[in-house]
Amino acid sequence: MKNQENIELVVNGESLTRTVDHRRNLVDFIRYDLELTGTHVGCEHGVCGACTILVDGKPVRGCLMFAVQANGCEITTLEGIPTTGKAQKLREAFAKRNALQCGFCTPGMMTSALDYVQNDGDPSEDKIRKHLSGNYCRCTGYQSIIEAIQDVISEGA
Amino acid sequence: MSGPKFSFDKPNQYIGQNEIRSDTKKLLHGRGKFVDDLKLPRMLHAAFYRSPLPHAKIKSIDATQAKQHKGVIEVLSGKDLINIVKPYVGVLSHLAGLKSAPQMPMATDVALWQGEPIAMVIAQSRAIAEDALNLIEVDLEELEPIASTEAALSNLDQLIHPELKTNLAWERTVDIGDVDGIFNDPDNIIVERDFIFGRHTGVTLEARCTIANYDASTEELEIFYSGQAPHMMQYIYAKHLGLREERVRVISQDVGGAFGIKVHTYGDEIATAAASVLLGRPVKYVADRYESFVSDIHARDHTVKAKMAISKLGDLLAIDFDDVTGIGPYSMYPRTSAIEANQVLNLTGAPYVLPNYRANSKVVLQNKNMMCQYRAVGHPIAMAICDCLLDDAARKIHMDPVEIRRKNLMADDSYPRKSASGMQLDDLSHHQCLDKLIDLMNYEQLKSNRDKLRTSGVYRGIGFVSMVEVTNPSPMFYGVGGAPIASQDGATIRLDAGGAVHVASSITEQGQGTNAIMAQIAAGVFGVSLDRVHVTTGDTRITPYGGGTWASRGAGIGGEATLQAAKLLKGQVLDVASVMLQTSSKELDILDGNIVDADSLNIRMSLSDLARTVYYRGNELPSDLKPELVASHHYRVTDTPFVFTNGAMAAHVEVDIETGMVKILNFWAVEDCGRVINPMLVDEQIRGGVVQGIGSALYEECLYSEDGQLLNPTMADYLVPMASEMPNIIVGHVETPTKTSELGAKGAGEAGTGGAPAAIINAVNDALKPLSKSIWQIPITPDRLLTALNS
Repeated sequence: MKNQENIELVVNGESLTRTVDHRRNLVDFIRYDLELTGTHVGCEHGVCGACTILVDGKPVRGCLMFAVQANGCEITTLEGIPTTGKAQKLREAFAKRNALQCGFCTPGMMTSALDYVQNDGDPSEDKIRKHLSGNYCRCTGYQSIIEAIQDVISEGA
Repeated sequence: MSGPKFSFDKPNQYIGQNEIRSDTKKLLHGRGKFVDDLKLPRMLHAAFYRSPLPHAKIKSIDATQAKQHKGVIEVLSGKDLINIVKPYVGVLSHLAGLKSAPQMPMATDVALWQGEPIAMVIAQSRAIAEDALNLIEVDLEELEPIASTEAALSNLDQLIHPELKTNLAWERTVDIGDVDGIFNDPDNIIVERDFIFGRHTGVTLEARCTIANYDASTEELEIFYSGQAPHMMQYIYAKHLGLREERVRVISQDVGGAFGIKVHTYGDEIATAAASVLLGRPVKYVADRYESFVSDIHARDHTVKAKMAISKLGDLLAIDFDDVTGIGPYSMYPRTSAIEANQVLNLTGAPYVLPNYRANSKVVLQNKNMMCQYRAVGHPIAMAICDCLLDDAARKIHMDPVEIRRKNLMADDSYPRKSASGMQLDDLSHHQCLDKLIDLMNYEQLKSNRDKLRTSGVYRGIGFVSMVEVTNPSPMFYGVGGAPIASQDGATIRLDAGGAVHVASSITEQGQGTNAIMAQIAAGVFGVSLDRVHVTTGDTRITPYGGGTWASRGAGIGGEATLQAAKLLKGQVLDVASVMLQTSSKELDILDGNIVDADSLNIRMSLSDLARTVYYRGNELPSDLKPELVASHHYRVTDTPFVFTNGAMAAHVEVDIETGMVKILNFWAVEDCGRVINPMLVDEQIRGGVVQGIGSALYEECLYSEDGQLLNPTMADYLVPMASEMPNIIVGHVETPTKTSELGAKGAGEAGTGGAPAAIINAVNDALKPLSKSIWQIPITPDRLLTALNS
């Protein structure tokens, strides 16, 4: 039985063709096959959000999708999040607010936060907290992350 | 307030400033270097077969099929490691009488907890290794598990380790004053409660992971370590694998959270190193989340029967309690699993004047995962016993919880003095912290709102805690008992040819901001701008020798070493400058990368000019001038066993008596960690700590069945605090620098986790006061709360 598949996809703007095992999940493909280790693995069952990446512009859990399912998709990881515009403002706000300690949740947090600010997310603390409720951070206490997102929203308003 | 011996307010000074950590850049661009990000040539991958049973005799292991599986290099059982690994025993001599049994990285004859490694597969990939695990045939004979501490203590014909002849690993009693006399006096007010503190665990987002890389040609073992104490692990790998210590290099780069979980010796990590030694190839092991839950150390697990006596006027007279804690089948190596109980006895009542104190703690072996030191070791139990009973007693005499604290907290001008248990206390500020807390929270308004809402069936409560926290430990913590754990730390600081400064520190970084604060201290004290300081931590071959990061010791101990090393380097540079400029060194200073006139601050020469002259054109210097431009300093706490930190916190909650849900409306924390080096980093340490404390108070618990099976080893079933449930946490500071060092810094990492559970219990019980109900078990789950309401 065939257990591999050829896939074509765009990752951080680069067109790629790869052969992957059917059982290879997307985050392992990104980390180990493409060596883009900025995306992290926390729980492997879609709870912690560390592996959140953008697939066709939408935040997706990299551990809940197989690499073969990404055939034809456009993927953005933390390494590919632009260094301009709102994305860069978010990076700067994260640094300024110390919205990360160990940095292990950061790829998922940044991705979820970027999705929020790019889709004109509401600056209310409550709404931001709900939006981030699928991203686990053990270090910060969350408040600095919320404040960083609020900074970017208020700056863009 | 004791004053500093050093001025921190001169120009280009960074101590006390909210500087952005330079490490955030790489982490925000996906360029961190965590262990699992590394790929070494010819690297293999390990996976473990773990005991599915909490207590089982290993009758046979047949790995024939697994070994034949394509891509499998080797399968090893516990017995295969007998000739390679020397067993370890988690006892220390200063914890007199502590018993544990020799432990191997993988079980050899009997598996003693569900999750204990029994065999390992080493293969070309992790996926192949896991495939092969299913092909190992392990024949286990189920033995009766001893899960509860009651069963372990009462059932003496069932022993975890028959050779120990007991399941009681350790016991300590403290007895000060006339406790019985106080409790027998009918004039005194007595409250008595049974507390249960659930088992929980660290849930670091990055699971434990290691790469071991043994080179047989040089007999060198390189370990990439996601952990807190590289030098301790260097000793342990050398000792237990029979290698020369100097040929073991432990490297700790980015670490995805630790919280005390990653400061212990784990069998799977030792077995991975043993496999690398056997195979002469790099071997990587990364725990998956199930493995984290069944093998990362668990924390707490205490049942406490406690009582308190106060006078009718609210004077604290006596505390008496019996604590039983379950530690799993072994005392963890090398820190032991008795330190937690020891701290409970040492810290209970420590903020208060407590003339009579009796306490007993029993540390019990059982067939569950091991329990050991996790953030705020023993603190949440100690703080809850005293502060929750204090509120209980205050309710009984209708005294405000703030008033009873003001009445009994040690006076801020009464130090140095000792706690009831004999701990030496100094430079504490309980009253200042409480006053600041009351201001921050607008207490009177809050109370009046609470009382108004009670009339309309809304149950809100306010809860307080005053804390003492163990930080900056001296050799009396571990070294005194024979542990290979340094209490001193070192910093080496050098000036490079370009005028930049390089600091190597034995403190490690797990996100607290170690690298950032070392840079802030060095930059300001030496005299360069912050971006000209580069800090290296976490490499036993490069940094000075030291203990690493645990027990909130990084800033206080490692920071002082960096401060003193920076002063030494400054002295050296000024000596060279005085010769080159023909000026007394007393008339010179270093400011923003230049040698300047001390009075006028006029620039005389740049540091790079000086350094390039020394390094390239030594011919221009007198031949008897032999500049080093590198200085080292090591520092340990000598005055006291610990440098205690203090603080006060308050929680404001609303209890839904229909659903049993507790909503945290507000949380305030005022902490006195002495000199604050970077307020933004300290605030985030406090907040993160509070959230972990809230987790243990309301959500987190390792749930075991009666027969010792962990029922919730996934992140879907084990609840951790997420953004949506957490409140904003308002942080305030009082700064009373410790007199034990020039820097004056104490630790800030334990506060939130140590105190939040007591504040939450008190707030919930305050909310339930109109219903005359209360709860004494954490986590306070909706189910438990409804049971308490219906009792």
